[in-house]
Amino acid sequence: MTYVFQFGIVFDRFGELLEGAWLTVQLAAMALALGMAVALTCAYLRTAGPKPLRMLVVAYVEAVRNTPFLVQLYIVFFSLPQLGVRFEANQAALVAMVVNFGAYATEIVRAGIQSVPVGQIEVGRALGLKRFQIYRLIVLFPAIKAVFPALASQFVLLLLGSSVVAAISAKELTAIANTLQSTTFRAFEVYIVVAAMYLAIAVGFRAFFAAVYWFVFARGRER
Amino acid sequence: MRTFGANEFLFILTAMQWTALLSLLAFAFGGLVVLAIAMLRISKRPPLRLSAAGYIQLFQGTPLLIQLFLVYYGLSLFGLRLDAWTSVTIAYTAYAAAFLGDIWRGCIQAVPREQWEASRALALSYFQQLRLVILPQAVRIAIPPTVGFMVSLVKATAVASIIGFVELTRAGQLMTNATFQPMIVYPIVAGLYFTLCWPLSVWAQRLEKGMRVGNALGTGT
Repeated sequence: MTYVFQFGIVFDRFGELLEGAWLTVQLAAMALALGMAVALTCAYLRTAGPKPLRMLVVAYVEAVRNTPFLVQLYIVFFSLPQLGVRFEANQAALVAMVVNFGAYATEIVRAGIQSVPVGQIEVGRALGLKRFQIYRLIVLFPAIKAVFPALASQFVLLLLGSSVVAAISAKELTAIANTLQSTTFRAFEVYIVVAAMYLAIAVGFRAFFAAVYWFVFARGRER
Repeated sequence: MRTFGANEFLFILTAMQWTALLSLLAFAFGGLVVLAIAMLRISKRPPLRLSAAGYIQLFQGTPLLIQLFLVYYGLSLFGLRLDAWTSVTIAYTAYAAAFLGDIWRGCIQAVPREQWEASRALALSYFQQLRLVILPQAVRIAIPPTVGFMVSLVKATAVASIIGFVELTRAGQLMTNATFQPMIVYPIVAGLYFTLCWPLSVWAQRLEKGMRVGNALGTGT
C-alpha cells in the first residue's frame, strides 16, 4: 500500500464539520422531543382509545416499522410536494425523523404501559380517577422507567440513521462530509474523522441518557 | 416524459430481487462471521473478548452510510478495484455481523450458568460444552430476535441506493426521474418493502409469543 494519509486537510476544515455535527445533534434532539410527544399520545390512544383510533395507531406503527427510513424521507421530501405540502430539506429531515421515531417509540412505550401491574390501575379506578388521570399519574412513570433503556437505544439508532438525510442535501454532518470529500479528494480521511464524530455523539447521548435515568428514576427511589 | 405504467412497475418489481438477494447474502455471510465473534466475546481471554466488543461498539456506534463510504473508498486505497456488488456485500456483512454478534452473545449468556457447570462436571471440553449443551438451548432463544433483525437488515439495504447500488429504492429513484411521479412511485416502493418486511415481523412476533409459553428456561422475554 503506497497511500499517504493526509489528515491535515480534514482538520483545516474541522469547523465546517463541527457545524454539521451541531445540526445533526439539533435535528436528533428535536426529533426526540417531538417524537416522544407523538409516542405518548399514540401509546395512550393505542391502549385506551376508541377502536378506530387504536387501529389507526397500529397501522401507523406497522407502516413505519416495515419500511426503510430513506423511503419515508423521500415520501416526505419528494412525494408530498405533489400534494402541495412543501418542506425545505432540513424541515423534511426533521418531519421524517419525528414520524419514524414516533412510531418506534409508540411501540416501546406501549410495551412499558402493559408492564405496569393491573392492580395499580385498579387502585386508580377505585380512587375515582379518570382514564387519562390514571395514565398520567399512575401508569406513565413506571412505564417509561421500564422501557427507558430501549428508548435510549432506539434514539441512538435514529441519530445514526439520520446520516441518510444527506441524500436530500440537508446540511448535517454527512452532507458536509460529502462536500468536503468532493473538494479535497481525501475521502477516506474525511469519513474516518466523521465516523469518529458520530461515535462521539452517540457515546455522548448514551451518557446523557444514563444521567437522566439516574436523576429521574434511580436517585432516592431505592424501594 | 414517460408516464408510470406496467413497464415502470415491472422495473421496480425486478429491482426488489436485488434488495432480497443483498439482504440474504449479508445475513448468511454476517452469520458466519458472527459465529466466530460470538465465541470470542464469551471466551475467557480478555484481549479476544475486548476486540470483539470493540468491533461491535464501532459498528453499532457509527452510521451505516459512513461505513459504506469507508468500505467503498477504503478498499480502493489498497488497490482493490471491486465492483459494486462485492463492496456492498462486504459492507453489509460487516454491519450484519456486528448486530447479530451482539444478539447471539446475549442468547448464549441467557443460558443458565448451571448448564456450563454441569457439563464441565461431566468433563466436556469448552467446545463440547458449547456444541452439545449450550448452543442447542441458545439457538432456541435466538430465533425470534434474529428474525426481527432480518427486518432491520432488509430496511438497511435501502441505504446502498445512496452510493448508486441499484436495488428497490434506487429503482424507485430512477423511475421518479423518468416519470416525475414521486407521489405514485415512492408509496409503491414503500409498499414493496412492506410486503418483504411485514411477514417477517409477524413471524418474529409469533415466535416471541411462543417463547413465553411453556418456557422451561424462563429466559424468554
